[in-house]
Amino acid sequence: MTWLRGGGLSNLVFLLPMLVIFGVFSWWPIVRSVVMSFQHTNLVTAPTFVGWDNFVQVVNDPLFWTAIGNTAWFAFLALILGYPIPLIAAVLMSEVKRAKGLYSALAYLPVVVPPVVAVLLWKFFYDASPTGVFNTILGWVGIPPQPWIQSATQAMPSLVVEATWAAAGGTIIIYLAAITGVAPELYDAAEVDGANIWQKIWHVTMPQLRSILLITLILQIIGTAQVFLEPYLFTGGGPVNSTVTVLLLIYRYAFQNSLGGDYGAATALSLMLAAFLAVLSLVYFRLTKSWSQN
Amino acid sequence: MTTSTDYTPEVMNVMTDELDESGIAPGGPGGRKRKRRSRRPSEPSGDRGILSPSDWRKPGIRWGTRATHLVLLLLLIVLGLGPLLWLAKSAITPTQDTLRTPMALFPNGVDWANLSTAWSTVHIDVQFMNTIWVALGSWIMQIVVATTAGYALSVLRPKYGKVIYGLILGTLFVPSVVLLVPLYLTILNPPLLGQSLINTFWAVWLPAGASAFNVVLIKRFFDNLPREVFEAARTDGAGPFRLFWSIVLPMSKPILGVVSVFAIIAAWKDYLWPLLVLRDPAIQPLSVRLPTLQAAIQLDVYLAALAISTLIPIVLFLVFQGLFLRSAGLGGAVKG
Repeated sequence: MTWLRGGGLSNLVFLLPMLVIFGVFSWWPIVRSVVMSFQHTNLVTAPTFVGWDNFVQVVNDPLFWTAIGNTAWFAFLALILGYPIPLIAAVLMSEVKRAKGLYSALAYLPVVVPPVVAVLLWKFFYDASPTGVFNTILGWVGIPPQPWIQSATQAMPSLVVEATWAAAGGTIIIYLAAITGVAPELYDAAEVDGANIWQKIWHVTMPQLRSILLITLILQIIGTAQVFLEPYLFTGGGPVNSTVTVLLLIYRYAFQNSLGGDYGAATALSLMLAAFLAVLSLVYFRLTKSWSQN
Repeated sequence: MTTSTDYTPEVMNVMTDELDESGIAPGGPGGRKRKRRSRRPSEPSGDRGILSPSDWRKPGIRWGTRATHLVLLLLLIVLGLGPLLWLAKSAITPTQDTLRTPMALFPNGVDWANLSTAWSTVHIDVQFMNTIWVALGSWIMQIVVATTAGYALSVLRPKYGKVIYGLILGTLFVPSVVLLVPLYLTILNPPLLGQSLINTFWAVWLPAGASAFNVVLIKRFFDNLPREVFEAARTDGAGPFRLFWSIVLPMSKPILGVVSVFAIIAAWKDYLWPLLVLRDPAIQPLSVRLPTLQAAIQLDVYLAALAISTLIPIVLFLVFQGLFLRSAGLGGAVKG
């Protein structure tokens, strides 16, 4: 009875919604995913344990390395395009005196557009005919029509450009907040030492942003490693498998066959991706720890 | 699946710091000490940026900066607003005009009927209402789970609370793709219910509640509320339920606003999960329905449907701009 009087019951009442929801829709599925990766599961008979079979099958899939290569290529392109642009934009925007809100709002607008709408809209922009939107614009400056997402070499860069357009605004706002937070005294001190504008940006602003830059970098890599929407809606993995990503492969294993998917292979590949990202983050934070603290 | 689950504790620290600085965090004696100078971007009081007042007095730098800002503004208008203006224009342009001269402005007049056709003949209105239902239900579910759990873990503090909080934090490390297949099978055959939740809104609402991000955000906010008020209320005879409803919740409006914006926007944006569990077109939200419409209807009506789908998020953004941009500092970095 002391348990009751001590508030044990009301504690439990308040925790109950979370325990039920997390238990059924988060903790149990995570455990189940590990179990399923070692099983053959179909929706008719009881699952059977098959050891490492699913993992072996996934690694031997001819598309496995294609998907990894494509995902890495997407992540790399997204990094060289999508990482510096928000930073440069934010540094420039931080000095705006009048109508700063207008700049932020314009930059953030693409983030508000539902991702599916953004992809479908850009899919139309990428129309490969000479009267496509982008090809019309290229025509103004005398560049011949491009095949965009219909070409195996241009498809992935096209996807990256759209993804960068859709995501840059959020990162700009984060950087902008961080830049506004740099103590003015630091700039004053740098000026006393005779620093010019570039030196102030390089030696004051950038070091002050270091920890946030490190975090956005790893978050971007983790995010792009799980890219699904763009390849699924733009190209469905084509042309000639040039945009098949790891998540698209997982989706195909599990859900492409309407009669019931290869759930074992799908969970095995998901876990391999999760393990890779976990190790990557761990190594990353270990390597950058000393660097981000001083 | 609705909200991103890729945050690491390091990120959480940054996020809650941002909370402090964006003015969302509660003040009061129980509040955490601010690590850095308190700042508000709107305060003009002698705040300076990279350029010093003396820099601004040099004509070369002043005009250079102004020119850069003008170019930047034009770029932002073209890139940020341009595609949306194009969509708005094409939504009321006949198909042939959009196909032949996509960049021309109404060469053969305006076709307002596209909008009404998309709305009532193609029945975007059904998907529109479905989207609102999905967003509303997910929002209620997330608020209920996160506030009750945050209250129990932060204010009531049972002995086993630390273990549970650890388990919640742990899920932040698990990429959402790991949950995809087992969660789908759980919805297909949920425990105790004995019937599949496929093609019901519950299939989206219930998993949306399992957002560790929300629980952490709300718990940290509650941690910063002044304990003295709780003690005073307890002395006056308020029980745990009264304390929750009449003291803690009213004090938490700022953070509830942030979580609400996240929840509604995430539900509006979500695609893969509703695609898997809402197979019946009559119950699908806009995001799931739009890609399948493309092949079935005229281009001009299709573009009108895209425009209608974009309208509500844009209007929400314009109305709650401050809240959006402050929240973006917290979570915009990760794609949903």
